[in-house]
Parts: sequence; structure tokens; C-alpha cells
Amino acid sequence: MKYFRSHILVCKDPDCIHKGAHEVMDALQDELVAEGLINEIQVLETSRIGNCWNGPEMMVYPEGIHYTNLTVDDIPYLVEEHFLKGRIATRFVEPEKSVKDEELGAPKSKEIRVVLRNCGKIDPENIEDYIAEDGYAALGKALTEMSPTQVIETVLASGLRGRGGAGFPAARKWSFVAAKQGSDKFLICNADEGDPGAFMNRRVLESDPHAVLEGMIIAAYAAGIKQGYIYCRAEYPIAVKTLNIAINQARAMGLLGKDILGSGFDFDLEVRMGAGAFVCGEETALMASIEGKRGEPRPRPPFPADSGLWGKPSNVNNVETYANVPQIILKGADWYASMGNEKSKGTKTFAIAGDVNNTGLIEVPFGISLREIVFDVCGGIKDGKQFKAIQTGGPMGGCLPASQLDLPMDYESMTAAGSMMGSGGLIVMDEDTCMVDIARFFMEFTQDESCGKCTPCRVGTRRILEILNRICEGKGRHGDIETLELLCKEIKSTSLCGLGQGAPTPVESTLKHFREEYEAHIFQKKCPAKVCKSLISYEIQPDICTGCTVCSRNCPVEAINGERRQAHKIDPDVCVRCGICMQVCNFNAIIVN
Amino acid sequence: MANEITLTIDGKQVTVPAGTLIVDAARELGIDIPVFCYHPKMEPVGMCRMCLVEVGRPMVDRATNQPVMEADGTPKLQFGPKMETACTTPVSAGMVVIGMSDKVKAARNDVLEFLLTSHPLDCPICDKGGECPLQNLTMGFGKGSSRFEFEDKQHNQKHVPLGELIYLDRERCIQCGRCVRFQKDLADDPVIGFYQRGRNLVIDTSSEPGFDSIFSGNTTDICPVGALTTADFRFGARPWELKSAASLCNHCAVGCNLTYNTRREAKSDGNVVIKRAMPRQNEAVNEIWLCDKGRFGYHFAESHQRLEKPLIRKDGELVESTWDEALDMAAKELRAYGFRFVSLASGRLSNEDLYEIKQLTENLHGQACLYSPMAGGDLTPLIGYADPQGLSRVGKGTVIVVAASNLHQEAPIWWMQVRAAVKRGAKLIVVNARSTRLDKFASAVVRYRFGREAEAVLSLVPAAETSGESGKIIAAAENLVVLYGSDGIGLEGSRQVAAASAELLRASNLLGKPGSGLLPVWQRANDQGAWDTGFTPVDDLAKVVSEADGVLIAGADPAGDHPAYAAALKKAKFIIVQEQFLTKTAQLADIVFPVQSMLERDGSYTNGTRRVQRFMPVVEKLPGTRPDYLVTAQVRQKVVHSNLEFISAAQVFMVLAAHLPDYQNLTYATLMETVPQHPILGRSDVYYGGTSFENRQGLGVQLGTAANRRDKYSLPAAPSTQNQLPDLEHAEELMAVPVAELLDTGTITQKSVLLGKRTSTPFALMHPKTAQQKGLAAGDKAKISLAGVTYQAVVRVDESVPTLHVLLPRSLGIPLDKPVLVKVIQ
Repeated sequence: MKYFRSHILVCKDPDCIHKGAHEVMDALQDELVAEGLINEIQVLETSRIGNCWNGPEMMVYPEGIHYTNLTVDDIPYLVEEHFLKGRIATRFVEPEKSVKDEELGAPKSKEIRVVLRNCGKIDPENIEDYIAEDGYAALGKALTEMSPTQVIETVLASGLRGRGGAGFPAARKWSFVAAKQGSDKFLICNADEGDPGAFMNRRVLESDPHAVLEGMIIAAYAAGIKQGYIYCRAEYPIAVKTLNIAINQARAMGLLGKDILGSGFDFDLEVRMGAGAFVCGEETALMASIEGKRGEPRPRPPFPADSGLWGKPSNVNNVETYANVPQIILKGADWYASMGNEKSKGTKTFAIAGDVNNTGLIEVPFGISLREIVFDVCGGIKDGKQFKAIQTGGPMGGCLPASQLDLPMDYESMTAAGSMMGSGGLIVMDEDTCMVDIARFFMEFTQDESCGKCTPCRVGTRRILEILNRICEGKGRHGDIETLELLCKEIKSTSLCGLGQGAPTPVESTLKHFREEYEAHIFQKKCPAKVCKSLISYEIQPDICTGCTVCSRNCPVEAINGERRQAHKIDPDVCVRCGICMQVCNFNAIIVN
Repeated sequence: MANEITLTIDGKQVTVPAGTLIVDAARELGIDIPVFCYHPKMEPVGMCRMCLVEVGRPMVDRATNQPVMEADGTPKLQFGPKMETACTTPVSAGMVVIGMSDKVKAARNDVLEFLLTSHPLDCPICDKGGECPLQNLTMGFGKGSSRFEFEDKQHNQKHVPLGELIYLDRERCIQCGRCVRFQKDLADDPVIGFYQRGRNLVIDTSSEPGFDSIFSGNTTDICPVGALTTADFRFGARPWELKSAASLCNHCAVGCNLTYNTRREAKSDGNVVIKRAMPRQNEAVNEIWLCDKGRFGYHFAESHQRLEKPLIRKDGELVESTWDEALDMAAKELRAYGFRFVSLASGRLSNEDLYEIKQLTENLHGQACLYSPMAGGDLTPLIGYADPQGLSRVGKGTVIVVAASNLHQEAPIWWMQVRAAVKRGAKLIVVNARSTRLDKFASAVVRYRFGREAEAVLSLVPAAETSGESGKIIAAAENLVVLYGSDGIGLEGSRQVAAASAELLRASNLLGKPGSGLLPVWQRANDQGAWDTGFTPVDDLAKVVSEADGVLIAGADPAGDHPAYAAALKKAKFIIVQEQFLTKTAQLADIVFPVQSMLERDGSYTNGTRRVQRFMPVVEKLPGTRPDYLVTAQVRQKVVHSNLEFISAAQVFMVLAAHLPDYQNLTYATLMETVPQHPILGRSDVYYGGTSFENRQGLGVQLGTAANRRDKYSLPAAPSTQNQLPDLEHAEELMAVPVAELLDTGTITQKSVLLGKRTSTPFALMHPKTAQQKGLAAGDKAKISLAGVTYQAVVRVDESVPTLHVLLPRSLGIPLDKPVLVKVIQ
């Protein structure tokens, strides 16, 4: 393996590519050659390292300097300053954000990085980088020192549960498939991460694909499987590319294919791409999609372990589940089980979005409280506002109020609280959030993504959405809340797959915890959070208004009238409640009722 | 029995075979668990959620593997947290199903309410109104009111022609997917499918022309709402105004059972007219399916070109006459010319007609000729495939050989059943000169040059050196069914194929097992009946006819089919024709008797498996016409002075049964017997949709075979000589062979306006290289000269067709009854 004194990681996210990342990278290569540095400094592609607003951007390691706003013309200067003279080219460094990865910052207190340990550190397109971080050592150990049964027992003892959301013990699934005779069995990695705002799996696939591969090979060994598929959504082109590079490199090194590591064990992998349907994250729909059929779920039983892909026994796990496996094999079940709480072991990655100071990816041990996640790891609510709710488990999860903040983050607690673990999306909401509107948003998503196969999900979710729309428009009626409650219960109990069974959860949980907001919408025709446009009005306070005309000039519908230096007025019949006037007013004269 | 399972449904115990689904087990008890998407003829999908029930299973202690008992000694039951779909859950021992709890009722209520919130509720103008499962289940399980507003209904396109035959109402559609699954899983024409997703889910067709499938009509039967309707019946009548008459399809040898729905209506001059054809369940024949030719091809009876009076030739002209005059003339002439009498009849006629014609022929010491290019009807009474279940239960252990047949076009329902048999585990060997739609289901495919059919079949004999893989398959067979058709062969070829198939069966040592035997794919509905009553095809029909003094032709139009026959008929001295229409043959006749179509009378057919089935009068007879058997009987009465006071089809059948040993003890009453059929379909409760599925008018009687009775019999020697085939490499001509095309322009089909839109144009199918040699490409018009006449045909190419051959369709205007050399030019 070659050693370099420095590594330059150039962001190859679509944003940066659009802004010229390819050209910058070529210029870097040329300049390094010209300066005779090419054997000392390695230029690599990487996934997102910043926010890409200031692209093209790059990281220089080991210094950890984050350069942004680069152009081709800047490269000679930059190479000279940084690599020849050893000075940081400060004009390209954003002072505050210099080392900040917007997705994945430095580990914060209470974080433990197991799955994300290599992310941002190693070159995902170079298998040697992974190997240098103990990569494939676990595979070697499993294949040479352990029997398949021992692998299953170890992973079972570690308490690793499915990270796709349902939390079924991963190794127990493997043991079902392992018990099936014959070699016509399949191992599937569910990389169809579709929850809005969730990108835990993408990050792992893009930054540390070999961890997933290694986990899959070990699982295949345990379950006696010879062929695997990674079902990755087409919206993750970089992940697909990285995966394919990783697979080819692993194959070239004899880590995939025939007779892996000379152990006589054969296993190979293929990447299959989805076509954009959210429901294909459901395992039976996913398998239908791999088979080339319409991505629709089918009733279980039979479970995939009995009749999965092409009717053969199959094992489906999520990206994160597999990515945990090598570490468990390497460091032992006890080490893994030492993290987490009684029933949920190990760590879990979350993608935090919403109104907290630090959004992005985190990895925390199970059992940590929601409060710790929101206030310690994520730095609390932005702009000093009040916490209102946290939505766990993606679009089919529930919204939990402040009173539930001390709940431990684990599978059982989340389910008991009327939400779910899900795959790891967390949305934190502050006091300015209307919970009816949030429920409506998620309903819009799920009913849009319903495949239409079963009646309750196809029609029922639409009906819930219609009622929510009406409530948000101020046309709510007596009995709507009760109808919604019934509908949620009915759709949950009659739908075919997890999508339909989970779709009503946001509504159900907000009805449970924020019922008064629904009542305010329906009976007082008021939106307490001042979000639902039909229920609010903007008003200019005449005693504060200076008559500067900024508002009337910015109003897109000419709803604001008034003489210069006189108090202005908003015509509520014309106003479209866009809120621009409030934003532009320099005197805070505009309020929402 | 070990594979029987006892369970309790709503407090009642039932024992059913293992693998039965809860919904079917309940139906055995008379308990209807409501369903929309489930259909017993298709794999369940559990998507409509209407059949959710609570299911409890005996609890088993994981540690000891012993059942857990309640205090009172009964097994403790474990109910799942969720309800389960009764249509996807197989029964298990000790299972307890609760189908009427509040939870279950609420779920049904909701599913129905959801379905109805976007259903137009246009029952008063909907074709399905009155026989609609959605209507019925709403009455049975619905709430009667909705929590949602009528204005919120989603509106979709209402009159979407999926093709010429089938219309879709997207608003009525409840997205159960039965049609999609039927087309994909049973018909193997996945030409319709779901488009979009969620609430925008709609059915659409992906083929050009739309809904391009010869089985499309079946989707309207199984559609549980009025979303799919046929162009034939939509807005035609209300179901409760219709009367039903049991009949048979007379388009091919399958003998599909169907029910014609009729109505007397003012717009048809107060006549009883057929409004639609519906399948009638007969698991031994067509199960519950019909092909589109059978479903839409009944309009021949309504044609205004029918003959209504006898015609006699006077001074060279055909003029109308009375029945007495025509009958007297016929008798007089026959007495004069009777010493060289030939009768020519086809399988379009019923057993009764054929028997009477045969009697007349015998009285006149004449020759009874069958108008058919196929042989082997003498073998079927000995070794025919005579399983009382038909092909519908064939599965594992059985090997099916399909030789020289494009079964999809020759007998669509058998094609579907063969395909289903393969799905159930049967092995299929296809023996054909070119690829057919069965190839992809076959375990082995044997190709040959046209003309070497018999050799190819014999090569399958396990002992044969050439048998290879297919020989091994046959050697391992528990049952062997050999179907042979008429793809690319004439009568001589057919005789060889039949003999070779018989040899293959004999060599397999499986004869005598009810599930093994020979199954000829006859071209007409009653060809087998014609063989059984004593008709045989002749090699040189033109010669036989031209040398005859008196000819009686019934149910055939040889002059229309082939100019050579027209020329031969002109040489015959005296011709009597029994016909519905003034065909080319009738125009050459000396006497034409106007006869009734099968829809106006009763009678019986013997289908390909030798199941004798009865059909009833459906519409009123056309005044002035008589049934064929009566016409012949009246002629015979005058010729031989036999007694004829009164004659009915039933009486003729009694006489026939007394004289034909195989038909012994058969009467119309025995043909009308029924037994309960499974799956239970089409009772008046309209459980699965479709009104006419139930068969109360008779399942027919399967005739036995000598092999199965262990009688002594002898088979013809296997054809041994190799056919001399012309050297095509150095010939200017191509070898033309006749093939079947389902939607042809035969006398009967061409009268259906609807089918006319799907009728094929004359085509010439060639290997692309051959077409290129002749300067032709796909889509070009080729000129084909045949016996001095030039015909035009559109060139089609297919790489599986042997080079230097051209395949021409029968009954599409090109007269080809056996392989001949033809000139093909641009």
C-alpha cells in the first residue's frame, strides 16, 4: 500500500459537480504533477463534505482544512501555498465552518460511532483504506475461525436487531434461512432509504461501502447463501457508483466471488436500482421490484425466509444492520451488547432535521433519552425557541410531545408511546409548528406513495388527507376528530403492508398528544401555531407602522394600501398570507392573528 | 386421511384437503366470506382486504412442542394481533376462524365504505347491476351510509375502449386486479396492467391493438363490478330481463359449455335474440372460460342472408319451391341416381344429423365422407384421452405432447389448460416445425421439416435412438397425453401423425390408464361425432365427388373453400345441399334445403375427448327451415319408404344410442345429469360475479375407450417409410403449408361484426431469409399463385419457420388443404 503525506478529498456531490468540481479536480492533478507532488499527495473523490453552497469544495487531510469556493484558476496558488509553502490558504477557508461537515460533524458527547466510524475518514473508492481500518478482518475471522452457527450465535448474543425499523433480531432471520435446504437462497440488502430527510444509509454507502459488503458476506456465510443483491434507490447515484466500485474491488481481491479467502465459500453481489417508489422499501415490494415486477407488497406469510425472491428463501436486512456486523464479529458480542439498554443493544444512527441547532447525522447508543438527543447531542432548539414535538420513525412514525422527552430511545419504548423506531429519521419541531399541518404533510406523503394495491391504504389515506385539508382550511366540522380516530384505527388494522399500517401514525399520535390543536382548528377556526393560511390574518399595527411603504412595495398581490408616512392597511380579502410583508418590515409592525 | 384437515369456521366444523384456503373451506360450509380480489381459479393476492377474519390456532408450548390446553381440556387458542385475509391463509389443523365478530364486521364495513366512496353508484345504468358482487356485498355487509361526502368522489374516465371488444369504466373499477392476473397468469397475454399508483391507480392496456388477447372476454365475467364490459353486451339489456339457454360452442373441438342469454325485444321485431354468451361451468371441458371466438361468434344466427325456402333447379336456375316439391324431387332423383351416392358432411352437424345422413347413405349403398383434413378418429375410440376430468386437473406426473399443432389458435381453451397443467407440474413436449406459443412452457421442443411430422413424433419413443432428453421425460411419465393438430399438414400428413402418436402411446406402456391417451385437435366441434357415426375423410375428395351420380352435402362449403372442389361438383350429376346460407356450393346444387342453425334446435356433439354433450334451442326457429336430421329423415322416408310419423332429436339420439355400441345407454336425460363441481362457482348468489357459471343443464357423458376397458384392440402399424420431400434448394417454388388462424373468415365467424374487427388478413408467413430471397419484407404484399390462380397475402416473417416454406392460413381466402409447391412473387 502506498503512503501519502496528504490527502485531498474533493466533494463530488451533484451540486459541486455542477459548479465545476470535475474541472477543479483535473486542475489539481495537473498542478500536482507539474510541481512533482503527485507521489506525495493523493487526490480523491468523496461525497458531501460541506453544504455544497460554496462548492466546489475540498478537504485536506491530515490537517483537516476545508477549502471552499474554488475555481480552476485558484489551484496553482492553493497548491503552492498549502503544499509547497505549508501555509493555509486562508482566503478559501470559511473561518467558522472550516472543518465542519454539515451532514456529519465531529462526534459530540454521548455519541458512539460504530456504523459511521469510517465515514469521512477513508476513501470510499479505495478498498485498501478500508482494510487499513481493520476492514475485512472480521470476514477473515468468520470464515476461518467460526462456523456459520457460531456467527449466528455471536450476532444473536450481541442483540443486533433489524435497523430497518421493525427490530427483528437479525441473526434469527439468518438462522431461518440457514435452516432451509439447498443453495437457491438469496441475501438482500435494503438500501431503498426513502423516508424524507433520512440519509443515514446513503452516508454509509457513499463513505464506507465495504462495511456493508463485509457484513453481507458474513451474513451470507452464516445463512449459507451464494447470491446477494443490494437494492439501492436510483436517487442515490453516488451510492450506486461507490457500491459498484467497492464490489469490483472486493471481487478483484477475492473477497467476493468463488472461494472467498480460500475458504471454499462462494458469494457474489449485484446492485439493483429502484425506480423511485417509496413502497419498494417494504421487503416484499422490494423483492417484486428486483424480480422486475411492479413494486407492490404482498401479504406475509409467507415470509421471505420461506418464500422470498423468486419464491426462494431470502434474507432481507437494512444497510445499517449489515454495517454493524463486522464490528460485532471483530470485537465480540459482549462489546456490542455493552452498548444500549436491556432490549435494544448497540448504537443507532439518526438523521436529525428540523428546528435544532445541529442537524445532520448522529450515532448514539440505544437507551439514550430523547431529551439527550435533542438538547445534548443536537444542541437544543434553534433561536432559543420552545421544543414542541419530535417525530420519530419517518413518515409512518409518530409525533411525541415534550412530556415524552425522557423516554429512552429504543424499539419497545417508541412503539409503546405510539410512535416507532423506524429507520432513523428524527424531526424536531419548535413552537412555531402546527401539528395538524404536520400530520397533513405526512399524510400527503404516504397517500402519494401508496402503491394502490390494497383498498384501505389506497382510498383510506386519501380520505384522511381530505379531512385534514378541510380542517386546515378552516372547514373542520363536529365529529371530524372522531372520524379521523376511527379511520386511523381501521386503516391500521386492515391494510396489507407496513406502509398502510403505519400511514395513520402521524395523525393518530398528533390526535393523541395535540388534540387541543385540532380542536382549535375545528371549533375556534384558529391555528395556534399561526401556520395554516386559511386560519390566520396579517395585520399592521397602526401605532408602530411608520408608513415606509416597504411592505406595500413587496406585496405580490397589492393587498397593502396606505399613504407614505401614514399607517398602512392589509386588505384581508386580497391577501394571500404569504408573509413577505412581515419579513420585510423593519419595524416589526406586522403581526399574525 | 393425512392430507385432510379439520377446522372450525363460525362454530361449524368442516374437513377439507390440506392447502385449501379458509375462504374456500367456508364456502363448503355455505358460509360466504366476502371477497373481491380473490377468485378460486387464480392465485390469491389478498389486496382488497374484504375477507379479513380473525384466525385462532392451537397454542403450542415452544419448550415441549406440546399443545397447550385450557382448564376444561380443550386446546388453548392463540389469536394473532391482526386479522388475516381468508383468501391467502391456508387452513391448518384445529384452526378456529371467526368470520362474524364485531372487529371483522367493522373491517368489512370500512373496506366497503372506502370502495364506495369513489364508486359512481350508477347501478341503475350499469350492466352489472343485478348480478354485481359489489352491489350484493354492500347490501350484505355495508353500512348504508357514508362518513364521506358524495361531492368528494373521485371522477375518472367512464368509457375507455381497451380494444374493440372490451370497454373499461375506470370509475367503477375497484382495482381488484382480477383481470390483470387472469391475463398474465392464465391467458399469458399480459396486455393490461395497473398504471400509476395510489388513488390514481388505473387499468390500462399496453398492446397495439388494445387488449390484444383472444381470451379478453373472460375478464368481463370475473370483474366483480361493472368496470369491464363487452362491446357486445354493454347497455344491451338488464340481467333480470334475460332468459338462459344452455348451449355448446361449435367453433372448435373443445366443446365449451356456454349459456346464451336471450330476450324478446321490440327493436328486433319482437323476436327472441341472443344478448350475450356466458360460460357455463364444466370442469371437465372449459372450466369457466371461453375464448373470444366462442363468446362473440354467435351472430351467424341473426344474419339476414339466411335461406328460408327450399330451392330447386328449374331450367338451370335455382328457384324457390315448397318443401313437399323439393323433398319429392330429391327422392325421385336419388332413386334414379342412387347407385353411386356420396354424402359429404362436416363436424358442424350434430350427432343426430350425421346419423341420419349416414343411414340414408347406407340405404343407398353410398359413401359417407367427412369434410375434414384430419385423420385418427378411428383411433380415439380405442386409445383416446378419456379422463372424465378433461384436461383441467392434469398436473405432476403427466407428460403432454403437442404435435403439429398451433394449439393457441386451434383450440384456445385447451391451450390455456395445457399451460395451467405445466404450472401444476406436468411436463410438456412440443413437436412442431416452427415455434408456437407453447414453446416457452415446454420441457423439450422438437423441430422438424414440414412433412416429417410423423418421424418427429416417433423420435420421442423412449427406445428410439433419437429420443434424447424428451425420450427420458416420456420414459419417466406416469401418464402421457398426445395432442396432435393440423399445423402444416393435410389429410395424408394427419394420418401419419395420428399413427405415429398412437405408436408413441403404445410404446409408452401407459395405455389403459385413464389419464393417458390420444387427443386430436379437430377443426370442428363434432368431427369426432362424425367419425363415431361412420364418416371418414377421403384422400381425393374432388375425384370422389366428380365421379358420383348423387351427392348430398351438409354443413360444408367445399366449392367456396377450393376451386378444385367447385370444378368437381360441376361434374357431379345431382347435388342436394342442406345449408343455412346460399353458399358457393349451394349455388351449384340442384336442390337446396334451408336448415336451422344449432341455436334454433337441439342436438348433441361429441367433443375431442369424446364427451357427448347436449345443446338446447336458444332462439326461435326461422320460419321455413328444418333441422338437418329432419330434412335427411324426410328424404330417406321418401327414398326407402320408411315410417316417419314424428321425429325429434331425442328420438334420433335414442336410435343412434341403440346402434352405436360406444353410445349405449346414453339418452338426453343422462347427458343432462350434473354433479357438484369444485371450485364452487356461479351460484345465484353471484359470489364471484358472472351469472351463468353454474351448470344445471348437464355436464355430458364421457365415452370410454377400448384401452381403458381392457378390451382387445389393434392399432395401425407405425408409419415407417420416410416421406419423399421435394428438394426445395433448387426449386423455384416454395413449399406452402396450411395453418390454423382462430379468427378466420369461416362461414360462421365472418357474420360477427365485432369479431370482424379482429379478423386476420390473409398472410404468408416465411423465414426472413426466404422472404428476402423473394424480394419481400414484412408487411409487403406477396402474390401467391396456386393452381393457376393468384392470391394476395401480407408477408409476415418469423425466424422459427423453416426456410423455403411459406405458411398460409386456412379459411382466409387462400384455398390450401395440404402442403403444395407454390410460386411466391413480389
